[in-house]
Amino acid sequence: MAVELLISACLVISGIFGLVGSIGLIKLPDPMMRLHSPTKATTLGVGGALIASMLYFEFVVGRFSFHELMITLFLFLTAPITGHFIAKTHLHLLHKPSDLPPTGTERPWASYESDEARAAIEARDAAAREADQKG
Amino acid sequence: MIGYALTFAFGAFGLALLLNIYRIVNAPTVGDRILALDTMVINAIALLALFGILEGTTVYFEASMIIAMTGFISTVSYTRYLLRGDIIE
Repeated sequence: MAVELLISACLVISGIFGLVGSIGLIKLPDPMMRLHSPTKATTLGVGGALIASMLYFEFVVGRFSFHELMITLFLFLTAPITGHFIAKTHLHLLHKPSDLPPTGTERPWASYESDEARAAIEARDAAAREADQKG
Repeated sequence: MIGYALTFAFGAFGLALLLNIYRIVNAPTVGDRILALDTMVINAIALLALFGILEGTTVYFEASMIIAMTGFISTVSYTRYLLRGDIIE
């Protein structure tokens, strides 16, 4: 009975969080805000569904299954990476480097620095280090 | 009781999938479209897990694992293509 209650609670919570994540994807006003709801709420929603599934197979069917843990681990590892890449896409398509706060150094934010500029700065720093060691 | 909760979760995730399809059809920017596709993949995994509970089998977990991998790779390659104009450099 208690286990049934726990499984049902997990299922209801996962459903609510999944739905809230997808509603937030439509309702929030700014692209960067819209990034939050699927990467956090929906990941929690699918986590709840997988926990409910694990509890169900352990206590109701009576055999333990590891597959849910693997899926949960994979999703929790990949969700930040996809979030990062989509945020970078938003930054490069919708914003200019001048929209961001200053870095406090002569170099721009790493995402906006071109490969040539980075190579030039790194070569200069290496040369400076070499001169230091000689002197 | 699990039956009612399962029905509720099926309804919630089905509605979430419909909202994702709406977002894919009219997205304000192309980044939103990629985000909606990624969310759709995650909701599909949740639906498959729920369907596994309903049927009482663990067969569907392999399928959801493959869907998770395909979704991750496709999201990363879409965003890489938009950022660099190239997927594998």
